[in-house]
Amino acid sequence: MAGAAAAGGSVRSETYASARNWLLLPSWAVLGIFVLAPVAMMLVYSFLTKEFRGGVIWEFTLSAYDQFFFDRGLFGDEPARIEWTYILIFWRSIWQAGLATLLALLIGFPTAYFIATRPAHTRTVWVFLITIPYWVNLLIRTVSMKFLLRDQGPLNDFLLWTGLIDDPVRIINTNAAVQIGLFYSYLPFMVLPIYASVERYNFALSEAAADLYADKWTTLRRIVVPSVRPGIVAGCILVFVPSLGAFLAPDLLGGAKNFMIGSLIEEQFKGNAGNWPFGAAASMILLTLVLIILVFLARQQARAEREATP
Amino acid sequence: MPGSRNAIDVRNAVKRYGSFTALQSITLSIRDNEFFTLLGPSGCGKTTLLRMIAGFEEVTEGEIFLFGDEIENLPPHQRPVNTVFQNYALFPHMTIEQNVMFGLEMRGRSKEAARKKAGEMLELVQLAQFSARKPSQLSGGQQQRVALARALAPEPKVLLLDEPLSALDLKLRQAMRSELKSIQRETGITFTFVTHDQEEALTMSDRIAVMSAGRLQQLGEARDIYERPVNRFVADFIGETNLLDARLEAVDASVATCRLANGLTLECDAIGNARPGADVHLSIRPERMTLATANGGPWQGTVKENIFVGTDVQTVVQLQGGIELTVRTQNSAVGVATIFDPGTEVVVDVEAGAARMLED
Repeated sequence: MAGAAAAGGSVRSETYASARNWLLLPSWAVLGIFVLAPVAMMLVYSFLTKEFRGGVIWEFTLSAYDQFFFDRGLFGDEPARIEWTYILIFWRSIWQAGLATLLALLIGFPTAYFIATRPAHTRTVWVFLITIPYWVNLLIRTVSMKFLLRDQGPLNDFLLWTGLIDDPVRIINTNAAVQIGLFYSYLPFMVLPIYASVERYNFALSEAAADLYADKWTTLRRIVVPSVRPGIVAGCILVFVPSLGAFLAPDLLGGAKNFMIGSLIEEQFKGNAGNWPFGAAASMILLTLVLIILVFLARQQARAEREATP
Repeated sequence: MPGSRNAIDVRNAVKRYGSFTALQSITLSIRDNEFFTLLGPSGCGKTTLLRMIAGFEEVTEGEIFLFGDEIENLPPHQRPVNTVFQNYALFPHMTIEQNVMFGLEMRGRSKEAARKKAGEMLELVQLAQFSARKPSQLSGGQQQRVALARALAPEPKVLLLDEPLSALDLKLRQAMRSELKSIQRETGITFTFVTHDQEEALTMSDRIAVMSAGRLQQLGEARDIYERPVNRFVADFIGETNLLDARLEAVDASVATCRLANGLTLECDAIGNARPGADVHLSIRPERMTLATANGGPWQGTVKENIFVGTDVQTVVQLQGGIELTVRTQNSAVGVATIFDPGTEVVVDVEAGAARMLED
């Protein structure tokens, strides 16, 4: 009897196991088709030889990576020196993306806090308003931003009209324009996760802090921010990562001098002039960089949580 | 109130939310060193009043003084009072010790001094061994005691407690009552306690303010409020009572004679300025009546039902004229008291002085 019961039990658990595998299939399919396959393709392409009219020749080579990091002269016969061009583009991109993230955080946190502290029925309206611009294509919005920021554009006209300036300020084709573009493109990705965190925040904690002689600033720094930290980290990742790979804002607003990784990679796949393996290699380097940063952040977060629960 | 030795003086405090008036001109004083309770049903304004003292609610009109200093316009972080919140509001990302140290650090104490004081406070609430834990790792009762230690650590002039025991189960609640009371005595800090639980209020308080519908109904010592309620609300809210409609027949010196609807008369202390002929109400506590075998007297009635409530039995007796009285008979191992079965004819004996006349 006992044996039969045990056998029955194991049959049932096997049925469950196979059902579970079937039910997981959609998730695996999505991951496989949309994440693993494209990345694997990139990885393979980055080790192939370039075809001059775009596309690849199926011959293994490390030349794409070599070209990224080393300069071997025009004909490739000189001793290898470090090639700074692309590393500098990467460095500038990281710096730009970091600055855009900081800017989005400085504006996004108060915005999210404001929305989360409105009465329940008006919060949805505010969230809706924040997302309205995102119903329009990013390209169109970035072009509109270009129009707004140019020397004879509405922003300069307004500043001239107020008398704050006597001559149009040069904004377009500067780092500032790229910053404004990135900030505008990705602000909701900062606002929404922080909003979700602040909405869950127990405001009795702020009252308790005030009751224990903490002023508003101290309460914000020592109680509110640590409590909504997961939302802040999520927002920063969601702004930093796409900013790092962005090419529309740098291309349209930053001009040739403010070339970023996104534009560099985009060029390699555009028209006949491109170099697919080099673009793929640059993508892989970018991906590795982003993964390193994410792992670092995830570890920080895990350590903070471990400290929180000894 | 300059020069006052009261811990807190509330003068004509009004709280309005738009057109809704939550508090209607409250005036009361809380003495130094006392355990003071604001008691009332939910929505009576007791928590609003407490939050006005703490500084979380603005005072629409009136003044609040703390040891003679006017405080109603100070922000909460500048008021030397601390609060134990209903759901504790412990900082989840800090350890127990850091929670208790927070207020001390904010008052400018050094880290070492704050840590030493926090240790003493956790000792006082018997949680010293948990100082390195996070609030989420403690039980409700333990979190409650941390909240108490955290609020007591900065040595507030008055400690405010907002229904601190309501989230605990019955046994723990009873244990915490005596613990709170003894901590109050030990520290000598004035406690202002908000509750809707009349038993809690009666067992712990030096004085109780009974509130209802945004008004102060009665203020006095526990016994005083129980035995001499001023109106039907207080009589009914504190303990259990029989409320009867009556007419004032005659007032002779301090003794009033009241006639019930069924013609029976009762004597009680004359209060207020009700004249003979006025409609009044009588409150008779169930434990101040006894039952005996019927003898044909006017207070004869029929037992309707017996309700067993552990320590005693509540017998509902129907008198002539449809008046019902609940009489409490204490359970006794030696079986002195007789419990009459439903349907039995009995006579109700009302103890002299048991009836309390109420005008409103």
